Amino acid sequence: MPKQLIKGNEALVKGAVLAGCRAFYGYPITPANEIAESAAVYLPQAGGVFLQAESEVAAINMVYGGASAGVRTMTASSGPGMSLMCEGISYIAGAELPCVIANIMRGGPGLGNIAPEQSDYFQAVKGGGHGCYHALVLAPASAQEMCDLTFLGFDLADKYRNPVIVLADGCLGQMMEPVEFPTTPRAPRTPDWAVDGTAATRPNLISSIYLQPDDLEKHVLKLDAKYKRAHIEETRWENYRTDDAELVFVGYGIVARILKSVVEKLRVQGIRAGLLRPITLYPFPTLELRRLAGQAHQFFVVEMSTGQMVEDVRLAVEGRRSVEFYGRCGGNIPTAEEIVEEVFAHV
Amino acid sequence: MSELKCIHGKADCFYEHYERKGEAQHQTHYCPGCGHGIAHKLLAESIDELGIRDRVILVSPVGCSVFLYYYFDVGNVQVAHGRAPAVATALKRAHPEAIVISYQGDGDLAAIGSAEILHAANRGENYTSIFINNAIYGMTGGQMAPTTLMGNRTTTTPFGRNVFNDGYPLHVSEVIATLEAPVYVERAALGNIKQILQAKKAIKKALETQMKGLGFSMVEILSPCPTIWKMDPVDAQKHVREGLAAVYPLGAKRDRTREAEPRPAPVPAPALEELPRILKLDKGSDTPAPVHHETVDFRVKVAGFGGQGVLLLGQLLAEAGMDYGLEVSWLPSYGPEMRSGTSNCHVRLSNKPVDSPFVSSPNVLIALNEPSLRKFIATVEPGGLVFYNGTTIPADCIRPGLRMHAIPFFSVADELGSTKVGNIVVLGALLSATGVLPLEVVDHALPRVVKAEKWIEIDRLALRRGASLLSPEVPVHV
Repeated sequence: MPKQLIKGNEALVKGAVLAGCRAFYGYPITPANEIAESAAVYLPQAGGVFLQAESEVAAINMVYGGASAGVRTMTASSGPGMSLMCEGISYIAGAELPCVIANIMRGGPGLGNIAPEQSDYFQAVKGGGHGCYHALVLAPASAQEMCDLTFLGFDLADKYRNPVIVLADGCLGQMMEPVEFPTTPRAPRTPDWAVDGTAATRPNLISSIYLQPDDLEKHVLKLDAKYKRAHIEETRWENYRTDDAELVFVGYGIVARILKSVVEKLRVQGIRAGLLRPITLYPFPTLELRRLAGQAHQFFVVEMSTGQMVEDVRLAVEGRRSVEFYGRCGGNIPTAEEIVEEVFAHV
Repeated sequence: MSELKCIHGKADCFYEHYERKGEAQHQTHYCPGCGHGIAHKLLAESIDELGIRDRVILVSPVGCSVFLYYYFDVGNVQVAHGRAPAVATALKRAHPEAIVISYQGDGDLAAIGSAEILHAANRGENYTSIFINNAIYGMTGGQMAPTTLMGNRTTTTPFGRNVFNDGYPLHVSEVIATLEAPVYVERAALGNIKQILQAKKAIKKALETQMKGLGFSMVEILSPCPTIWKMDPVDAQKHVREGLAAVYPLGAKRDRTREAEPRPAPVPAPALEELPRILKLDKGSDTPAPVHHETVDFRVKVAGFGGQGVLLLGQLLAEAGMDYGLEVSWLPSYGPEMRSGTSNCHVRLSNKPVDSPFVSSPNVLIALNEPSLRKFIATVEPGGLVFYNGTTIPADCIRPGLRMHAIPFFSVADELGSTKVGNIVVLGALLSATGVLPLEVVDHALPRVVKAEKWIEIDRLALRRGASLLSPEVPVHV
């Protein structure tokens, strides 16, 4: 298959359709619009459904319906829209339905702006909605990964019967980069737990209600066991020059790419720097960070926020090493040069 | 004493025992005299009589009927408060052959879910909505509903519903009936046997509307709630007949079942092998790219007015760079900036993976108008290259240490026959000034960016005209 120069948002949709996604329900918001717009082009042609909902609240509940019916279903939004979807995501997790939700993060809080930020980390990783649940959270760092991680996201959503969030930002959504698409599309199939209006599935029930405390506790522990299993089986990360690193940077998404330049610049100056890039933000690569804490003297977290993932890094290294933080927000993307300056100022 | 005989057994559509209920599996969770029991029975009998049990997906709401799935032996989906129409929409879209029925109370449908029901009805979604209106929140213990009658005391209108505080009773069926799409909307009641029989007729007709594929159908059912109303069941039925029905008139509010055409059937899904064509995956760069050993680090900012082809210029440069085996990225400005009349994009070409697509200190600035030059000139890296669309660079914008070219690119394009190719003239000049890519690579990439055949030839001319512009007589500020 030839390489395509393509926007991250559009690559994400093509990856979804190749993964067997046949339903998209969404509501317009910048900088995620190309996702809905591409879905409107491709899904009907692929035999699927595209529908622009009346709100994000309706969109996520349509996702609930599509997933209940056994169709690989997705939506996409950005900060303010994600906040509206949190109720529905809680229900989807509670009812153990698979789906993929892309959040193309923008500046917040409130209306904020439409420039890229990474300030929805807590919302995505720690829950967002009510109750003890987690979405699995994947963090692409290129247009290629916008496609690949969305494709993977549908498989993980089905494997765990759980919502998967693709957590990108406005920069990754809007930028064009070369992408090679997967060559083996997934064929849509209806799982046996779905409710599809046939005699075979008549006994099935999709619900998140457990009235008795013991029943609900059992259900919540079952969900928790899934998340524990995901920690063992699905945690993904990239090590970049960490083998001999004394100073380990931690960053995800677009920031991780900038940190690779930082690592190179510091290496030229004789500093043994490396980068740990989490690819799954939930489950978080805690054990790998703990391992690196036995070797590196210092951790340095960079985010496009005032510091959210840094809390998970600190939990992982358990106070054995100092963890410095540098963040930009409001839509500013840090440059390699300014990060290098920060390193010399604080490390 | 003669033996008592039950002549109307339980509908087949009900479970024999309500196993999901836990204790007391032979009875419902509803209060004595509650309308839900009757409404359930009417719905179950209708499903049986229409022979659709295996096809039914029933959507349980939040409210007293939250446990609908305890009783109905059909496919069941329980949903969030008010969202049944959204969920029903997606269920039906996924499986058009299924018979999708949502069942909602007044708080669920008329208050928190008012947006969802209005839009599902307005889209004409082909499912059936059963709307139980008892003018009160039952499950949460008797708060005001949007349909509560004026003056009625509830736990949240302790002094009676007051129009200045709480507004008027909401006539949902009448509102829905003002929309164009709904096919069948009727208000029925459970106030006596005659009304109950009419309610069943309406439910059956609504289901038949869906079975024929005609579109949205809804039956509003005025229903007694003796417990919260603090009435005995007989008085509660009387209140349905005389209190509720006086405010909410019974009958069909909309009936287009005779003239409505069935909604179009979904297009059959294409074979999996068709996907690459549908997704246009066959279109892209298939050139075997040369390997680059020399250092390339091109950080380009292109800026100008909307309509000057700023984004396309950048995209073409990135496309050609990709074909040439370089690592590339393109990032546009987007949002309100896009609509203010200015436009800019960032392009990177490199022999190493691109770290940030955002170009904060460009080594090439292409400023297609004066505001863009003024905005970005200070950010250009020392030694950088500047192309300005004009005859001379404004004196206060000249920065020592930069290579600055002022060329009226769009006037040059005019001579070629179209101002529109001014951006391609710029690209030609850029390539000749830097030698980063051969012109032929751009020729090859052009059809992927410029879709209309008629422009490609003139674009190729423009590219070459641009490349010829940097002759010694063109003033360069160094």
